[in-house]
Amino acid sequence: MTVVDTSPSAGPAAIDAVPLRHPWRWVAAVVIIILVVLFLYGAATNEAYGWPTYAKYLFDRRVTQGAWNTLQLTVYAMVLAIALGVVLAVMRLSPNPVFRSVSWVYLWIFRGTPIYVQLVFWGLVPTLYKNLQLGIPFGPSFVHINLQSLSIPFLLAIVGLALNEAAYMAEIIRAGISSVPEGQSEASTALGMSWGMTMRRTVLPQAMRVIIPPTGNEVISMLKTTSLVTAVPYTLDLYGITSREIASRIFEPIPLLLVAATWYLAVTSVLMVGQFYLERYFSRGATRKLTTKQLEALAKAQMGEPHGAAGAG
Amino acid sequence: MTPMVKAESVCKSFGALHVLKGITLEVGRGEVLCMVGPSGSGKSTFLRCINHLEQVNAGRLYVDGDLIGYREGGTKLYEMPPRAAAKQRRDIGMVFQHFNLFPHRTALENIIEAPIHVKGVKKTEAVARGKDLLEQVGLSEKATAYPAQLSGGQQQRVAIARALAMNPKLMLFDEPTSALDPELVGEVLGVMKKLASEGMTMVVVTHEMGFAREVANQLVFMDGGVVVESGPPREVLANPKHERTKEFLSKVL
Repeated sequence: MTVVDTSPSAGPAAIDAVPLRHPWRWVAAVVIIILVVLFLYGAATNEAYGWPTYAKYLFDRRVTQGAWNTLQLTVYAMVLAIALGVVLAVMRLSPNPVFRSVSWVYLWIFRGTPIYVQLVFWGLVPTLYKNLQLGIPFGPSFVHINLQSLSIPFLLAIVGLALNEAAYMAEIIRAGISSVPEGQSEASTALGMSWGMTMRRTVLPQAMRVIIPPTGNEVISMLKTTSLVTAVPYTLDLYGITSREIASRIFEPIPLLLVAATWYLAVTSVLMVGQFYLERYFSRGATRKLTTKQLEALAKAQMGEPHGAAGAG
Repeated sequence: MTPMVKAESVCKSFGALHVLKGITLEVGRGEVLCMVGPSGSGKSTFLRCINHLEQVNAGRLYVDGDLIGYREGGTKLYEMPPRAAAKQRRDIGMVFQHFNLFPHRTALENIIEAPIHVKGVKKTEAVARGKDLLEQVGLSEKATAYPAQLSGGQQQRVAIARALAMNPKLMLFDEPTSALDPELVGEVLGVMKKLASEGMTMVVVTHEMGFAREVANQLVFMDGGVVVESGPPREVLANPKHERTKEFLSKVL
């Protein structure tokens, strides 16, 4: 009779092999480091870069305020664009032909014209529509707003950016929705869920995994597109401040371009961290790989009570 | 007493393709009907018509006395609004060939999803019932596992529990074991047998002749969109009268 001992110590010794060597990786790394150091040395000693000016303006009040304005433009515009994008995508896929057509026409117009032109147009809205009235057509009006008396370039910039971006987001979200297998909505339907609930509870959460990476792209792209809001004209964004407000006065464009680039890079880095956590959240259940927690629980079960491991396969 | 399912010359076509050419049958309460036949014979389509995943083109289909998919008003039929159709489906459980579990929800979350959000059951109640159902299908310890971490057989058992959580009066099985490894087929059939013995009315599209012989009250052989032969499974399987039934059975038995 043989007794099988399942404790790990009784098995053969763990393999202790000599790891594979990768000499060329080291060579490549050294060459690249040397090149980078040479470039940095060259840049640091080149007076044309204007490093003292760079240092002076990097944390200038106007610059940090510009970076903050740019971040606000990005976030507000993207939030609006994503919300509207979801609506447009769902309309595009809905069984209702009216919704489908409206969504198609919206995409046709807002993707088909340049963002710069759209921003100029939004800047002209107070000229085109001097008054905003809310009421019954040809009847009494309840709210009356004089658009020309308001100073709303920041608001118009957000609206302009968001409406344009919504068209692109709609296509990204539509692609995400289409990537969810048909069986998922069928199972939801069979359980008695309505079309809307199926979208909200089953399809969209699964589509998120496909939607997030390109949306991260769009957010970063939006951060930089905000430099076009000068068309509205809104001039207090990061690029507007560094180039027109400061650089064109002190006649030193290079250090201030570097200041702007540094801030754009910093904000992008922060956004990428956010994307990492979002992706991790929405990928739950997507792989059969167990989480650290689950692995620990299974290992514990294997050590303590052998029968607990039976379900691990 | 009204039969649970009553089909009167049900026809279904996709464009010019006629898939069902007049299916007439009845399933009594607590009965198990097994449908067999070559692929493309319309078995699955008929099953999907029963819970209105497909809309019937001609004939009438009743579940528990209610016309499926349409509202009768005098001599006319009115298309049913989606909400009313969804309400009809609540009482009809369906199990799919490829399980179709929600991959972003754990086994337990899959089961409590519809009771909470469709029926408005309280979460604590739904969880208690869900755990109960997981135990019934022998998967109590898998409540927190995601579908991707379960074997095919385990996934299908969770899918059965998910359908049962709505307390259906009728269960539809669309080739529930066809996507499983042979050694996993038994565990799913075991759950289905138990369900049948508890008096659940079931319509099962299957290739498992052993299961049909043992569990079904009625066996229907379909080919080319029509019912070729039907009757008690032992009779049909032992003495097929029709040439096409004989030919099919000689290939699968």
